[in-house]
Amino acid sequence: MVEKALFAIFMDGLFIKNFLLIQFLGLCSFVGVTKDVKSAAGMSGAVVFVMAMASTVSYLIYTYILVPTKMEFLDLISFIVVIAALVQLVEFVVRKNIPSLYRSLGIYLPLITTNCAVLGAVLLNVNSDYNFIQSVVFGTSAGLGYTIVMLLMAAIRERSTFVNVPSSIKGLPQAFFIAMMLSMAFVNYFWVIPI
Amino acid sequence: MDPLSEYIRGITRDNPIFGLVLGLCPTLAVTTSVENAIGMSAGTAFVLICSNIFISALRKQIPSAVRLPIFIIIIATFVSIVKMIMQAYFPPMYAALGVFIPLIVVNCIIIGRAEAYANKNNVFYSFIDALGISTGFLLVLMLIGGIRELLGTGQIVTFDYILFTLPINPSVTTMILPPGAFLTIGALMAIVNYQRAKKRAKGG
Repeated sequence: MVEKALFAIFMDGLFIKNFLLIQFLGLCSFVGVTKDVKSAAGMSGAVVFVMAMASTVSYLIYTYILVPTKMEFLDLISFIVVIAALVQLVEFVVRKNIPSLYRSLGIYLPLITTNCAVLGAVLLNVNSDYNFIQSVVFGTSAGLGYTIVMLLMAAIRERSTFVNVPSSIKGLPQAFFIAMMLSMAFVNYFWVIPI
Repeated sequence: MDPLSEYIRGITRDNPIFGLVLGLCPTLAVTTSVENAIGMSAGTAFVLICSNIFISALRKQIPSAVRLPIFIIIIATFVSIVKMIMQAYFPPMYAALGVFIPLIVVNCIIIGRAEAYANKNNVFYSFIDALGISTGFLLVLMLIGGIRELLGTGQIVTFDYILFTLPINPSVTTMILPPGAFLTIGALMAIVNYQRAKKRAKGG
């Protein structure tokens, strides 16, 4: 197997396999928390941290506990427990240090556990046989890619609240149309650049 | 509560996509064709029905403080079963759906129904609710998959059998790529909202 260059993996996570716009992972938070830039930024920060940590810890668990004991079929259950524990940790830290952010994120903070993006990153790492450093790089860059799109989307939605649209398009459908245009840009632009 | 109206409610008012707006990730990601849509909803339906029955049967034993971790472990067990069955008996489908089969674990529909319904109602009604929600999910996925496949490739092919062919081939490749998914669901949601607003204006 040819080792994939770290930079290529980094760009994969950031743009080419962008979690929100190309792979559709983590859409609940994408339409739920992007009403203003501040909470989108806070949410993304939490997701980046959880994603990088989850990639690291789950790689160690998979390689050093599940594979030697031939219990790979337990991967799903052990990963979800790792993620749930990490999310609990982030929740404690945010509630203690940034209470205002904790209030504005509301239900979405504990819901990072069931955010497809985090578990998706972990599973993609295992599926593509990445080694330790590659896993960490992919987890982190996927989190950063998530952040970029969340911030773009939140900024566009914040401005577009004043746009006069038919009442049946206001809200979710409008968000999906904005996402369509962003996604078009990502698909067409980043498929052209060879890395 | 009569069983039939509970069943219909899962398709209309509590439709997972247009009513509750849950489980958007698989809805958009796997609906590149009708075939994938059917495979995905079959997997989700199995997990939803099993976990609803299981959680409803155990609802008096599960302490409410730690119910969410318990739900997730129960759901993860059934998802592992689905994943292994698909890998063994339907390898092409498993390859096409890829990471989204294990990701049923974090599908909001399943944990949402466990929390909102199976935790409070008896086994029979939980089963009916799961059946209704699964049917609603299947119909929406097939609708979106159908639209995208028809506009993207000009025909609908399900399990090597050509169901329907357009007289002219539009081949809007964008429809099978990610932007098409956002466009389709945005348009469908706008139509649903419009119909709802009209109904509300009429009925008061």
